Amino acid sequence: MKGDAIICFDGVTKRYGKVLAVDNVSLEVREGEFFALLGPSGCGKTTLLRMLAGFEVPSEGRILIDGQDVTAVPPNRRPVNMVFQNYAVFPHMSVADNVGYGLKVDGVGAAERAARVAEALALVKLDNFGDRRPDQLSGGQRQRVALARALVKRPRVLLLDEPLSALDAKLREAMRTELCQLQAKVGITFVMVTHDQDEALALADRCAVMQRGLLQQVASPSDLYEFPASRFVADFIGSVNLLEGRLVVDEPDHAEIAVAGIAEPLFLDHGVTGAAGTSLWVALRPEKIELHKYDPASPAPPHPGDAPPGRNVVAGTIRHVAYLGSESLYEVELGDGQRLKALRSNLTRWDQEDFALGEAVWLAWHACSPAVLLT
Amino acid sequence: MKEQPARSAPLLFTLLAVPPLAWLLLLFAAPLAVIWGYSFGENRTLIDIAITGSWANYARALKPLYLAILLKSLLFAGITTAICFIVGLPVALSIAFAGPRARLALLVAIMLPFWTNLLIRTYALMAILRTEGQINSLAGALWGTVAVPLGAGPFEPLPLINNNFAVLVGLVYVHLPFMVLPLYAALDRLDRSLIEASLDLGAGHLATLWRVVVPLALPGIVSGIIITFIPALGAYLAPDLLGGTNSQMIANIIERQFRSANDWPFGAALSFLLMYLTFIALAVQALAQRRSAAREAQG
Amino acid sequence: MGTPSGPLDYLARWPLRLWLAGVGLFLYAPLLILIVFSFNDSRRTTAWRGFTTRWYASLFEDGELLAAFGNSLVIALVSTLIALAVGTATALLLWRFRFAGKAALEAVLGLPIVVPEIALGVAFLVFFTAVVPWPAELPWPLNLGAIILAHATFSFSFVALVVRARLASFDMALIEAARDLGAGEWLILRDIILPHLVPGLVAGALLAFTLSLDDFVITFFTSGPDTITFPVKVYAMVRFSVTPAVNAASTLLILLTALLTALALWLQGADLGKEAA
Repeated sequence: MKGDAIICFDGVTKRYGKVLAVDNVSLEVREGEFFALLGPSGCGKTTLLRMLAGFEVPSEGRILIDGQDVTAVPPNRRPVNMVFQNYAVFPHMSVADNVGYGLKVDGVGAAERAARVAEALALVKLDNFGDRRPDQLSGGQRQRVALARALVKRPRVLLLDEPLSALDAKLREAMRTELCQLQAKVGITFVMVTHDQDEALALADRCAVMQRGLLQQVASPSDLYEFPASRFVADFIGSVNLLEGRLVVDEPDHAEIAVAGIAEPLFLDHGVTGAAGTSLWVALRPEKIELHKYDPASPAPPHPGDAPPGRNVVAGTIRHVAYLGSESLYEVELGDGQRLKALRSNLTRWDQEDFALGEAVWLAWHACSPAVLLT
Repeated sequence: MKEQPARSAPLLFTLLAVPPLAWLLLLFAAPLAVIWGYSFGENRTLIDIAITGSWANYARALKPLYLAILLKSLLFAGITTAICFIVGLPVALSIAFAGPRARLALLVAIMLPFWTNLLIRTYALMAILRTEGQINSLAGALWGTVAVPLGAGPFEPLPLINNNFAVLVGLVYVHLPFMVLPLYAALDRLDRSLIEASLDLGAGHLATLWRVVVPLALPGIVSGIIITFIPALGAYLAPDLLGGTNSQMIANIIERQFRSANDWPFGAALSFLLMYLTFIALAVQALAQRRSAAREAQG
Repeated sequence: MGTPSGPLDYLARWPLRLWLAGVGLFLYAPLLILIVFSFNDSRRTTAWRGFTTRWYASLFEDGELLAAFGNSLVIALVSTLIALAVGTATALLLWRFRFAGKAALEAVLGLPIVVPEIALGVAFLVFFTAVVPWPAELPWPLNLGAIILAHATFSFSFVALVVRARLASFDMALIEAARDLGAGEWLILRDIILPHLVPGLVAGALLAFTLSLDDFVITFFTSGPDTITFPVKVYAMVRFSVTPAVNAASTLLILLTALLTALALWLQGADLGKEAA
């Protein structure tokens, strides 16, 4: 049933000699969801996917699919199929033979096979490509063949290894939408490996972020972005200003954190579980920092939304401007030399001219904007 | 920088071109051409040979007595190649998919006998296959402790040498690395994810081997087969030292014409028959490689 | 690594391990037995009678064998030098220039490697007796000339292949940089290309040396009564019978080859390591 656990990693560890590729990972993937394994290269995400496919055997722990222990089951007897990063389309077979290969080795009769191959090719919009050879296909078409080849087996889980990394930027965008639609149509659980956070955020229902073999956080894309569990996640997903601070006030409905270089303690609209004096980090996304004009004649700080007056504002000087089209990124140097990044949408065609290099500005943010990180 | 036309640096070109061309012409093409000429000649006296343009030597080489030896040589080389393939494929597979350290160790282990002197390897086999060799003394000791108490007669040494069996053992022993190395190279070039994709789609290891690995590694397999077949066909030492009077191969007959029978024209004809067979094998290989190259070029 | 770490870890599966062990036994047992019995204190080479090195001592008293060994070394050394020069020229020629008949030259270059040894052997026999008779009464080592030329013929093709493979990894931008800095053809060859080639030259030289030292069939046809080489001498002894002395002589040659191979592998390994770093 949709929502139940279909895959379960139970304390899975993988060692190559002395190298720990995957370190005691426990994780559940739910029926029907689009799940992403996200992390920098070498974080163990691909190893985890390959263990799920059966290409690597865990050193410790168990892997369950539909409640059955498949840890020792070889890849050809697992109800999962994979779309390889380089697509691995067999160069010596036609498109139809590629797609029909899995059915053939399963002993499916020729007539049924032809029907299912045609159906799968239609699903990936390659209706009349059956007789082509793989070397006559573009990269995007080969990927469709790989998708059809895996889906035709009606697997319980479809595995995708960096599915979009080999495509050019425009095609990647189109393929994203198509993958989403495809998943909705076939209703199969998808597990995808990617190092590209945009890809994961755009496609996945839930993501697991990994680093050095360890599972860092499993959450929906918006939770990963807005409520990161660690400095690594906050920094890996999107761009962030990380400020080291000390907890000075901790009440159930608000907290204050002293940060070097900012005169008044930062004000947060929620409590933090920690003793006063605990050192912690504040993650502040650039787009959540407002830029205001600084008037030397009357240096009254602006008042950002829900924070008490004089809080969550700091003066600085613009040291770098990167015009990105839809928005501009400003690097602002504070009094003590540290720099904060602020992102401002270019709502009109003239907005980019509002702030110039070397200009003195106020930075301000809401009490609900920063995320507090203990690790 | 691409290759330059010869006239862009004529002095350097001449300096580089003359030694190899002269060498190939004077010391490779000329000796073979002389033999080729002799193959159409006849003996006047013991050392005076007239090149008469006669096909008599070839006709004689294709008479039943010599044709049988020629066919036997082809058969021996074919059997040797087949055994080397069957023995070598699992070895090549294991090496190709081993970790880097195990792979290096295994490759060196395969190469070391390959580099050891052919004569010495053949001699080593001779020593253990002899009637009084290690295998027979081991078998005799076993027979003495197991069979004799059960009432069997005295031990009869196994006929392990001076027969066709010994020649085949020798040919396989010597040529196994010739097969393993090209097979390994072909398997190593193979995209691993294609094998994984086949397993992932439900094929077992044997189905994967047959439907994916063998078709994709075919040029390498053909290479291995040809590279093993050619030297096995022209083998001299294995039949000479391990074979009996009945297991002579073409190289032994050629040798006899030149060193004892002193029938150079006939020896030359036999030698060129061997060369033609070699060229046919090479042409097969070139054809197979061109086809696979053409397929790759399309992609 | 008792259990496979994945489906393609064939080496960890017991049937394949058994198979490899069998192949290993097949390849190595005869050689090991040969080496072991070279130290056997008995004329017979089947039953162990105790350790001795007297067969090795007897080798060093055998004047003919020592002379044959000396011949082999001289032939290997000189033919290697020739093969190195001609092979390198060939590799450079094919790498650098475009000319009519290039494809033909490439095809012909592979022939000395694939032509059956026996065919090449008898061709040299006829050539050096009937066409260009090599004078037998020349003083040593000039009387070895025919064998040297024969060896250089088949080994220069191998050298050309090895050196060409090395040239393939050459960064063409280096030539352009040198030319940009004012170097001409000769300086480029001397200062840029040849230094890059050194590992290939060493590997090619070791290959040519080993091939020459190991060759029996071609030498067998080219050598005369005064120009016996080590393998030809061993062959004469082998024809006679299996004796511990032959085992000892063989062991020495195995050792020499193993050393040369190890050297070649080590040099190539060091070379690969450098490129990876």
